[in-house]
Amino acid sequence: MKELLQELRKSALEAMAGADSLEALESLRVKYLGKKGELTAILKQMGRLPADERPVIGQLANEIREQLDEAFESRCKSISQMLLEKRLKAETLDVTIPGTYVPIGKKHPLTTVLDEAIEIFVGMGFCIAEGPEVEFSDYNFTKLNTPEGHPARDRQDTFYFTDDGSVCLRTQTSPVQVRVMETSPPPIRIISPGRVYRKDEVDATHSPMFHQIEGLVVDKGITMGDLKGTLDTLVQRLYGEGTRTRFRPHHFPFTEPSCEVDVQCFECGGAGCRVCKGEGWIELLGAGMVHPKVLEGCGIDSTVYSGFAFGIGLERMAMRRFNIRDMRLLFENDVRFLSQF
Amino acid sequence: MILSREWLNDYTQITVSDKEYAERMTMSGSKVEGIEVTGSEISGVVAGRVTSIDKHANSDHLWICKVDVGQKEELTVVTGAQYVKAGDMVPVALDGATLPGDVTINTGELRGVVSQGMLCSLKELGLDTHDYPYAIEDGIFIMQEPCKPGDDIISVLGLGDSVVDFEITNNRPDCFSIIGLARESAATFGTELNIPTPAESGSGDKIKDYLKIEIKDPALCPRYTARMVKNIRIQPSPAWMRRRLRACGVRPINNIVDITNYVMLEYGQPMHAFDYSCVSGGKIVVRRAEEGETVETLDGKLRKLTPEMLVIADESRPVGIAGVMGGLNSEVTEKTTAIVFESATFNGTSIRKTSIALGMRTDASGLFEKGLDPNNTVPAVQRACELVELLGAGEVMEGIIDVVAVESKSVRLPLEPDKINSLLGTDISRDFMAEVLTKLGFEMDGNMIIVPSWRSDIEHYADIAEEIARFYGYDVIEPTMFRGVTAQGGYSDKQNAERQLGQLCRGMGFYEIMTYSFGSANDWDKIRLPKDSPLRKAFVIQNPLGEDTSVMRTASLPSMLNVLAVNINKRNKDVRLYEMATIYLPEEGNPLANEKTILTLGAYGKGADFFGIKGCVEAILKSMRITDVSFTAVRENFAYHPGRCAEIRSGYEVLGCMGQIHPLVCEEFEINREVCAVELDVEKMLACREPEPTYVPLPRFPAVTRDIAIVCDTEIPVADLRACIMMAGGEYLESCDLFDVYSGANIPEGKKSVAFALTMRAEDQTLTDEHAEETVNAIIKALNKEYGAVIR
Repeated sequence: MKELLQELRKSALEAMAGADSLEALESLRVKYLGKKGELTAILKQMGRLPADERPVIGQLANEIREQLDEAFESRCKSISQMLLEKRLKAETLDVTIPGTYVPIGKKHPLTTVLDEAIEIFVGMGFCIAEGPEVEFSDYNFTKLNTPEGHPARDRQDTFYFTDDGSVCLRTQTSPVQVRVMETSPPPIRIISPGRVYRKDEVDATHSPMFHQIEGLVVDKGITMGDLKGTLDTLVQRLYGEGTRTRFRPHHFPFTEPSCEVDVQCFECGGAGCRVCKGEGWIELLGAGMVHPKVLEGCGIDSTVYSGFAFGIGLERMAMRRFNIRDMRLLFENDVRFLSQF
Repeated sequence: MILSREWLNDYTQITVSDKEYAERMTMSGSKVEGIEVTGSEISGVVAGRVTSIDKHANSDHLWICKVDVGQKEELTVVTGAQYVKAGDMVPVALDGATLPGDVTINTGELRGVVSQGMLCSLKELGLDTHDYPYAIEDGIFIMQEPCKPGDDIISVLGLGDSVVDFEITNNRPDCFSIIGLARESAATFGTELNIPTPAESGSGDKIKDYLKIEIKDPALCPRYTARMVKNIRIQPSPAWMRRRLRACGVRPINNIVDITNYVMLEYGQPMHAFDYSCVSGGKIVVRRAEEGETVETLDGKLRKLTPEMLVIADESRPVGIAGVMGGLNSEVTEKTTAIVFESATFNGTSIRKTSIALGMRTDASGLFEKGLDPNNTVPAVQRACELVELLGAGEVMEGIIDVVAVESKSVRLPLEPDKINSLLGTDISRDFMAEVLTKLGFEMDGNMIIVPSWRSDIEHYADIAEEIARFYGYDVIEPTMFRGVTAQGGYSDKQNAERQLGQLCRGMGFYEIMTYSFGSANDWDKIRLPKDSPLRKAFVIQNPLGEDTSVMRTASLPSMLNVLAVNINKRNKDVRLYEMATIYLPEEGNPLANEKTILTLGAYGKGADFFGIKGCVEAILKSMRITDVSFTAVRENFAYHPGRCAEIRSGYEVLGCMGQIHPLVCEEFEINREVCAVELDVEKMLACREPEPTYVPLPRFPAVTRDIAIVCDTEIPVADLRACIMMAGGEYLESCDLFDVYSGANIPEGKKSVAFALTMRAEDQTLTDEHAEETVNAIIKALNKEYGAVIR
């Protein structure tokens, strides 16, 4: 009987080692170890053995069962492992094939530049004010120290809706400043971005419609030094720390003193090149201290309050930023253009 | 304004380099746009004397010249000129010389003879006979200028002057003159300013015996000054004058015209000279034109005048349009013997309107319209007379007629250093302020500033502050950060929502576009807008650039379709676009527009069919927390396909519409494929948003799902079936999702099969099969009752 058991162990171990699928393995388990399996069949004959042999054989039978169980488990694991490896190999992908197309859009370059500027000003505590584009000439001009008869009001420069010229398309976003000053008491800290219109024929550097972002600060004790500090901050944030600026005198009807702000040419670093027309500087924005007449016209006491204002052309900023040479591209909206930014 | 530095030095000596001059003038407020040196394109050209001239042996039109150019050896130069003689002094371009137009001259062989240079014509030197009237237009320039062989042509012709181009702002008409810029230059560089008073000796005869002047409209002509010159000798003006005029961009004509131009440049005061013999009655009347009156101007055109225009007239007829252009009838000609110099000031706005109305902008009108200093008329006319004598152009009559119709008052302002310092954020001394003002021609009377008559822009302490600041130096002012109450900056709710909408669109593949706010009436026809549509009422621009930009758009669709067409035309595949488009609607009782923002989508290509785009709209609305959304078929929006257009609502509020664009509209926009568009009113969308959500506990019990498929008439909209299901589903029905619509094999003609997935759940227990069965049965019953639908 001992021999039978040894024989069974030997043949079972060999058979399991040779099994190459979980199914084959399982049927071997049933064959040898199942309730009706060969091991059980042998053990059933234990009764015929002499009593003193029984414990010895019993122990041997248990040893064999344990050994076969273990062998079965281990063979099971290795077959699973093998099958998994086979599957993974079969499932291998060419990862260089492009992913499933998910369309994604982009901001218009003007919006990109506008949002950047807005972020900077919001960080400095400015609010965003909006106003109508179809505007009273009174707000667009008269209240901004540009009286009737001023060349800027000519019909060759400004679009009008009425014969008497009382309603026009705003030529600047400054009327928004007037509206804010008329309705909210200082301190005022706003920017007003938006579309403005001038009667220019379309070409590479002109458009009858363009965008401005203007700012206004009115409070007690606001100085021209504050104007410089604010715009310096803007320029450093927009164009990087250490960007040099130049404030030079200029003239605008609604600010006095007025200035234009140049930044050092990015192309040549100030040496003079074609981009800056040899000047080494590129004009960026116009600014100045709000004219006391304008403050008074909006009901703000100019002996108590002072303020500064500035205006930036968005198209010019975007064109410089992205090296766009023709303004018409901005309004043509060819996706091949829009997708570049 | 163009300034010759040579001319500038007559008034103040400034010796710094051109670069430094430009930089410092720019920083003190006179922006330099560029500097050019006259004759800078010419090099290696010298004066040469022709010593002999012989025919070229191998040519019947070439000549061989020997030329003395001040070198040891004479040069041999081959020329084609026929009339050059031995002894002539000519410009010789030596080997390696450069000429205007990037021309380089090298020694070369001409039919076997080595030519060591080239004899130059005026044209080759960039000049013409206006500069040298004695020369021949296109022949070799035989020079009469004093010089000797070998002299550099630059100095012989007085070239090498630095010509500075200034951008002068509108508030500074005084800087449109050499003297005005000399004053700014002297203040900038701290140099002496020397403006001599013009003097002339006169020559008998008194002007008052010949001429009377009357100003009929003082408001339009505050001052009119005149002098007369008799025995005029019209001839070219001298080289120095021609050169300076040329440097400043003015073409020399003859001595009298050149004098008026010269004085205009120097003093900023336009001058007009006219033939005295043409002034009938010896009287000049400054008056408004009469209705229907005409005058033929110097450019030979007949001008129709209106009573808004000011004219210079004699007793009977206009002889010129004031401040714009003289009349042909009083032009100074070869036959003229006596002339009148007019030096006047006119109302700037009136001149501007006249020149716009007549479509003629002249140098003079350009100056007058800025508003000139009335006290400048006398010095200017005196200077003209001085020049007449200097040039020997005629005999100046004694006396001056100076009609001052409106006395100009000088402006006086207190000097308030504290106020100025607190505006600028500086600590500038009173002495410095007074010094700056004095240099600029202001006078100090104790603490009062007397503003000079040429500075009509100064009327306020802020103006004084600017004068101080620009010479103190804008760059020296210390940058500071303003203080005051800490403000909370940020976006408004609307601005935030618009930004969110933009993000959503981009996330779904839409590119942002920007289009013009203008449109035209034609656009309305193109989108098949009914003739009686309220959207055909628009803000019409009175003075548009063109028909296609003549109205403010009342619909955003045309711009979108135009851009789609552009992209189709460029063969761009699968395009999705969005615009936050403003439209401008007239409103009863509002002189301004109701400006609305319309989120406009346009798309074609992959995934851009009706349902693809509808899915995008649904996602946008969901993200914006807009609920109770419905889409209703509309046939009456003629821009869209009648069977593929939906109105988009939230509750009862119509938010906009969407659909496939009508083939006829596509044709109008030259779009040759199917495109879809969406128009959503942003303001209405924002108003329909649900409030910020609060947490709702997640379900504790599992859901039961059942799929049902029913067969019903084709016409019944899925939305109606769904509404019926939701209604009949009672408390246990949680949701109902469409998953299939089918018609065809196995479904009778005129019918369709619609399949829904139902999700049912009870709040307080695991739903039993019985409850689920009851719910489904109730739904099937209701569908059958309402729509005759049967279970498939």
